[in-house]
Amino acid sequence: MLDQNIIEQLEALVGKENVLTGKVDLVAYSYDATADLPRQMPDVVVLPTSAEMVQEIVRLARRNKIAIYPRGAGTNLSGGAVPLKKGIVLSFQKMNAILEVDAANLTAVVQPGVVIAALNSAVAQHGLIYPPDPGTVATATMGGSAAENSGGLRGLKYGVTKNYIMGMEVVLASGEKVRFGGKTVKNVTAYDFSNLFVGSEGTLGIITELTAKLIPAPKYRRTMMGVFKSLADAGNAVAGIIAAQVIPATLEIMDRMTIRTVEDFAHIGLPVDAEALLLIEVDGMSEDVVRAEAEAVMQVVTGNNGDLKTAETDQERDQLWTARRNALPALASLNNMVVLEDATVPRSRITDMLIACQDIGKKYNLTLGTFGHAGDGNLHPTILCDKRNQEEVARVHKAVDEIFEVALRFGGTLSGEHGIGVAKMKYLGDELGQSGLNLMRNIKESLDPEYILNPGKMVPLREN
Amino acid sequence: MATTDKAQVVRAGKTYHDDLEIVREELDKCMKCGNCMSVCPVYGADKVETAVTRSKIAVAEAVLAGELELDDPQVYAMLFNCLVCKSCMTNCPTKVNFDRIILALRAALVRKNGLPWLKKAIFSTLKHPKLFDAGLRIGAAMQGLAFKTDKGGKAISPRSPFARVGGAIGFDEERQMPGLNVTPLRERVPEVVKAPGAVLKVAFFTGDSLNYFYPDAGQDLIDVLTANNIEVHIPKAQNCCGVPVLVHGDVETVRTLARNNIDTFDKTGCEYLITGCGSCGGAWQHDYVDILAADPVYGPKAEYWAKRTYDISTFLTRIIKLREPKGRVERVVTYHDSCHLKKSMKVFAEPREILKSIPGLTFKEMSAPDACCGSGGSFVLSHYETSSAIGRKKADDINRTQADTVSVGCPACMMQLLDNVHRAGGQQEITHFISLLAESYRKEKTDEGSRS
Repeated sequence: MLDQNIIEQLEALVGKENVLTGKVDLVAYSYDATADLPRQMPDVVVLPTSAEMVQEIVRLARRNKIAIYPRGAGTNLSGGAVPLKKGIVLSFQKMNAILEVDAANLTAVVQPGVVIAALNSAVAQHGLIYPPDPGTVATATMGGSAAENSGGLRGLKYGVTKNYIMGMEVVLASGEKVRFGGKTVKNVTAYDFSNLFVGSEGTLGIITELTAKLIPAPKYRRTMMGVFKSLADAGNAVAGIIAAQVIPATLEIMDRMTIRTVEDFAHIGLPVDAEALLLIEVDGMSEDVVRAEAEAVMQVVTGNNGDLKTAETDQERDQLWTARRNALPALASLNNMVVLEDATVPRSRITDMLIACQDIGKKYNLTLGTFGHAGDGNLHPTILCDKRNQEEVARVHKAVDEIFEVALRFGGTLSGEHGIGVAKMKYLGDELGQSGLNLMRNIKESLDPEYILNPGKMVPLREN
Repeated sequence: MATTDKAQVVRAGKTYHDDLEIVREELDKCMKCGNCMSVCPVYGADKVETAVTRSKIAVAEAVLAGELELDDPQVYAMLFNCLVCKSCMTNCPTKVNFDRIILALRAALVRKNGLPWLKKAIFSTLKHPKLFDAGLRIGAAMQGLAFKTDKGGKAISPRSPFARVGGAIGFDEERQMPGLNVTPLRERVPEVVKAPGAVLKVAFFTGDSLNYFYPDAGQDLIDVLTANNIEVHIPKAQNCCGVPVLVHGDVETVRTLARNNIDTFDKTGCEYLITGCGSCGGAWQHDYVDILAADPVYGPKAEYWAKRTYDISTFLTRIIKLREPKGRVERVVTYHDSCHLKKSMKVFAEPREILKSIPGLTFKEMSAPDACCGSGGSFVLSHYETSSAIGRKKADDINRTQADTVSVGCPACMMQLLDNVHRAGGQQEITHFISLLAESYRKEKTDEGSRS
């Protein structure tokens, strides 16, 4: 419990209505969207409305050695927003203003609490888009997605959040405020701070403003679906599309388990004997180019024994997307705990990874379906289990260990887009080695020597 | 109800309204993904996690685990900071039936502590339709003293002495409300309204709002049916649908109301039950089935009527083919999707089809037509500020269409929009969509008259 005196000081800083201490409030901020993690209630939830308030809160926390857990919408999948050491949850839900849309420079300046979809609605009238599109675009905040370096379905062609953050204002653990980057396309002044803080999961500083890069919205698109009788055919089709020099905006894959579950769930007429399904969308500014790319994709799909479906209208496109959209909900409907991983491998190992995931599911006798972003090698092996069955949950943990082991063996990485947080911290050494862990700790301690910011995430706490 | 679904409603002779344990599986379905945040109107206004569905589920889990008490004032406050608009349910990837969760929690609270005396005072009168009638009649007589009548006599706003008392809950000088008409609909019309050459007979469940607040719209609904050669039965013994009571957790009262209504409509001998209010229709289609699921006599009867309940727009477009309206209605009209009409009854295409079939009428869709207006029955009274913040957004969306008429399919939304559109400086007329069809049918006669 925090001293009443601290609560009063916080109330003086941000106003009484922006300091929440009721038990119900604390329960509401005790979790994020990550499955299989214990909840932890903070001591207090603070909702600042300015960067200056954030500075004062950080100074107060540092003086009193209180942990600060920055939080956007709390939709992340690695435990990044769970207040492990209690303390202060710093919620940015009320700092949600779009400060500027600069169509001439293709930039937008936003407060961290702006929801990604809200930014996209605001820039749509200029014919622009902010491309990163994690599954939670309608709820996730710009600050949260920058801190987590979120990916999404368009990663292959359009990249991820880090490719679209041009500048920031960050409050450091010292309470200092620092600004860097900005509206210029080129900027090599000083270290590349944007790329340090993007993906830092709130462990190095607190983002209080962002300058985001926008691009013209693609004018044309074509959507196709290929259904395959063998995983090898699907994998060859993925390779074939890239070999044909087409970079689709979306290149998604679903395995047999996922296809069957989606069909049981949504009854959309998917062939349940199929081994894999690819959803492919090409887009661009020229109708001719998009058409040529679509034709190349269609050739590759049929050339690899795929059963091809194409969408001519928005309604048909929507139907093709139904399968992909239902992948997670359908799998999630099978049981009461959904462990959604995001092991990522080089694109050329996609088929191997899918087979490995299926084998791991069988080995541990678990319900496991895999879908994901075949184009960028980012897969979502999804395990369903009964959270009240401890023995089964233990098997899930073993399976997850093995999935990461295999991903690393294939030259991949622990996380393509969900982040390390609490959930994957123990595997970090397997990928980075001791020297990598040392580098992590050095960076953390040079910026936040007292582990005030999001402690217990990304870099393990020092054991005293 | 499918068998698996039934197990989530009734167990060992009890429904989830009687035993909180039954919703545990419903809670388990929630992944805490937060998709509800993008559509929850209360979260949109309050911007704190406690306002949104997933957190209400997390708190429910804590209650079931014994970590929080239902009658903790903050728990209680949170449970009632919900419009029961079901928006979250339309956006939930794992299809959590949050309506069941929130109703089970509220019912459990009532079971534990009893209805607070105020609510008891308000809702116990509903058990006796005549008493409720009397109460509203007294209100109607009183309104001449407490309210001033606006120009058409349709909208009223409180006089200043009342405003001083009621200002805190929104009854200030600016508040617009429908007048409590002295003669309720069911007293204006006979129990059976014959239609010349009737091909079919239907029973009309008026609900309280069409009966007391908008009897003209109720009359329009009857006129439209008779204009389509449908005989209309309006049994006088019908009472409130019970939704206002259900959302306050007083399940036994709703059961009494539901059984009375079922008996009353059984006697009509009709095979179709028509509603002009999403909440009433939703009650017949879903709520009665759930609350009576453990009742061996009335359970099957509730299921019988659930399959035969239609919103007027669905009946006109899907069961019969409505007679093409020919009278010109020169209006620019937008349409607000009432939550219970769209999200509970799944009615949204039909009213638009009807509106677009009216000659002279220009239809303009507003942005986010299915965003909640913030009414939520008594929510508007208990959470006036949140409700107004939600209503303001809706009023802005309406103003941007430049429509002169806002059509709605639910009287509670009509009341809320009347207040909020007026406060936002709008002059639009708020009307039930059926009244526009009735207007067109009426105009046919005058149009013909002027031509001859």
